[in-house]
Amino acid sequence: MRRYLRHRGDRLRQVSGDPICDPAQTETLAAERLAAGRPVLRRSVGGEPRGVLCAMGVCFECRIGPEQRRACMEPVESRLSDRVAGALAEAISAVPEAPPYDLAVIGAGPAGIAAACAAAESGKRVALLDEGLAPGGQIWRGGRVPPAWRERLERSGVVSLDRATVFDLQPGFAVQAERAGEPLQLKASALVLATGARELFLPFPGWTLPNVVGVGAVQALLKAGLSFRDRRVVLAGSGPLLLPVAALLAEDGADVALVAEQSAPVDVARFARSLWRWPGKLVEAARHRLSFPAARYRPGVWVVEALGDSRVREAVLTDGERVFRERADILGVSFGLLPNTELGELIGCELEAGALRVGARQETSVPGVFAAGEPTGVGGAELAAVEGFVAGFAAAGREAPVALLRRRESLRAFSRLLASAFHPRPELRALARPDTLLCRCEDVPLSALEPSWGARQAKLAARFGMGACQGRTCGPAARFLFGWEGDSVRSPVKPASIGSLVGAHPGRAL
Amino acid sequence: MKPDVLVVGAGIVGAACAYALSRERLRVTVVDAAFAGGGTTAAGMGHIVVMDGSEAELALTAYGRSLWEELAPQLPRSCEDEACGTIWVAADEEELELVRAKARTYAAHGVPALQLDAARLAELEPNLRRGLAGGLLVPGDRVLYPPAAARWLLARARDLGAEVREGTPVERLETRSAGAVVNAAGVQAARLTPGLPIEPRKGQLVITDRHPGFVRHQLVELGYLKSAHGEAAESVAFNVQPRATGQLLIGSSREYAGLDATLNRPLRDAMLRRALEFLPGLSRLSAIRTWTGFRPATPDKLPLIGRHSSGVFVAAGHEGLGITTAPATGALLADLLLGRPPAIDPRPYDVMRFAHD
Repeated sequence: MRRYLRHRGDRLRQVSGDPICDPAQTETLAAERLAAGRPVLRRSVGGEPRGVLCAMGVCFECRIGPEQRRACMEPVESRLSDRVAGALAEAISAVPEAPPYDLAVIGAGPAGIAAACAAAESGKRVALLDEGLAPGGQIWRGGRVPPAWRERLERSGVVSLDRATVFDLQPGFAVQAERAGEPLQLKASALVLATGARELFLPFPGWTLPNVVGVGAVQALLKAGLSFRDRRVVLAGSGPLLLPVAALLAEDGADVALVAEQSAPVDVARFARSLWRWPGKLVEAARHRLSFPAARYRPGVWVVEALGDSRVREAVLTDGERVFRERADILGVSFGLLPNTELGELIGCELEAGALRVGARQETSVPGVFAAGEPTGVGGAELAAVEGFVAGFAAAGREAPVALLRRRESLRAFSRLLASAFHPRPELRALARPDTLLCRCEDVPLSALEPSWGARQAKLAARFGMGACQGRTCGPAARFLFGWEGDSVRSPVKPASIGSLVGAHPGRAL
Repeated sequence: MKPDVLVVGAGIVGAACAYALSRERLRVTVVDAAFAGGGTTAAGMGHIVVMDGSEAELALTAYGRSLWEELAPQLPRSCEDEACGTIWVAADEEELELVRAKARTYAAHGVPALQLDAARLAELEPNLRRGLAGGLLVPGDRVLYPPAAARWLLARARDLGAEVREGTPVERLETRSAGAVVNAAGVQAARLTPGLPIEPRKGQLVITDRHPGFVRHQLVELGYLKSAHGEAAESVAFNVQPRATGQLLIGSSREYAGLDATLNRPLRDAMLRRALEFLPGLSRLSAIRTWTGFRPATPDKLPLIGRHSSGVFVAAGHEGLGITTAPATGALLADLLLGRPPAIDPRPYDVMRFAHD
């Protein structure tokens, strides 16, 4: 299926320990650089080598070039696969300054695509904006949107705007985005927020080393064309992403040395026993589980340190009694998923348990603003699509079919089960040492922080959370470690050029 | 035991007062409703600048700057102190004439300043657009990080025996709680001392990612004074600052909007467009954050420093010059409180000067 090739020995610099494949087959600059054996993308404020962490445009660790673009979101223009290149060209040429839309959907994963289709098929004029190179979100990244969905989206008349980073929303609604470095502004009478989730990262010694990446990041890089063939990969952390990513890696020819699930074996077993209520999920889990040797999946084991030089070489893990080392070319670590709620917060939506609060029609507390999928609570792609349909119908002023609502309830029960089975164990609070960096943007070590502070005080006193990721990485970690609540959300909710903020087209007179 | 002086407000002004009073061997307690340097101090640019809007403004800002210069060698790195200087940018021949007048004023007050022609300006700041007429370089002006500076001043006060209580809101001022009370509560000062003519004047700032060397001096348009001293409900001026981190801080805006901290996007955008007129290359630079803050403004743009009533002193109403003038305010207040002749004439800042109107 994927297009990566075997090594073309003479073209590639073989650097031991790096995932090597033909860079010509990668779709993002980040994947290309990793494929070429160059995981160090920048130096941190304190001079440390840094590489990709989240691979989905959240952490801003992979910024490169004078304009500080995120390598994980930048296409390798000359080598885009025809399909993505076509979609990109079409998207860039689409005229954004069109008359107001009935609906703007932000995020083109399963939830966003479903919402956009449902509304457009109801006769509404819909714009679908996404940061990625093509619709699909994380799960259908790299052109993996199922054909039926793709055709439906194409037929629906939805105006799909890729590579659009939305950084501001205003009542009414005005949507401001940056698209391939250029400003994009549009108006819409209603909004569906389908902004997905990001990974929860917790600090441990060595977590800033290049090639220590998110578990979801491994998946994102695979889908961007990077091969991990013959590379030794350790996955550690928590939650339902570990197994499917391990399975993808095994299928790709990686040496999956260990999959360490920090949740206790008893919790994992209880979770597995409950799966019979969702036969599809059970089959999927079993298939993932059988894709690599059984002994390599170990619940009740967590990472305590990453060792290496300019990149990770070894992972140090423990089961609480014994500490052991695993050689690793790549260490994938994350401790679950977090709803991306920033745009909702910006427009005034209320939160509940860290997610956007929605009613039966997926409506948020702000009239005209709907939310679907992970921002309303992490529940996976299938639930996201169902919620997306409900939101799309509601935004178009239609009632969703009862069967859809029933399906939503069943899938939400699954999402609650996930939340109860996987949560970070208290031992993870003790991993960081005084010199372990908590804020990677500003290189702020644990020792610079007082637990009695709050997020804002830490920002002013120690530059904690002051960098380009706007606290998306360190904020949730600080909540877990110290119970700090995040600072307020303000425009721009993601970095954008000054030109984009004022809506000026560079090169044109102001 | 009752402190000799209770300072209400641990912003940069309260911190500087606490430091100055502690140096006089007075027992000082500082209280703040939230945490030190977290209010207007955290929202400001941290530009230490001599301003010539009036004789009194010049005297106080020059005094403040000289005291910062004395402190500079002691400031830790976290204060991000940089003697980068200010360039007042003249767009055309008319403004260049103002530069000449400004240069004469500074010279008359012993403030070194250097007139720049168009070529020299372009050489010093190559990212400024072509075609500007020139400017005035004031090399002694500097930049620092105000919340860190406020904390540092408080730490020095603490070294001298002061007590700092954060998270301690004050409901009303009672003179029996200390020998003297200093109201340094900034935009909240009038709540504690009714009748003080202080109104919040909102400002907005945008900070960029690290782009070291893009500008080298704090760049301010000559029209800034008009924005600062004018009475317009809303105004913007080109004012861009290089931070020690390599980031650029882009200002400035002024508006009267009560204490509504909501971002005023049209005004922010007007401010950014103004900056783009001078620095077109800013357009491509990445903005990572915007914030708003409230300057404590008085009708005549001068602070209130000195005695208010029996046992009650005020050090508030500094509008946009609190960082520059904080050490001068502290020194002045200590002199007035101890009945000594201050280094500069205190009358223009008299707390009761509006009482007769």
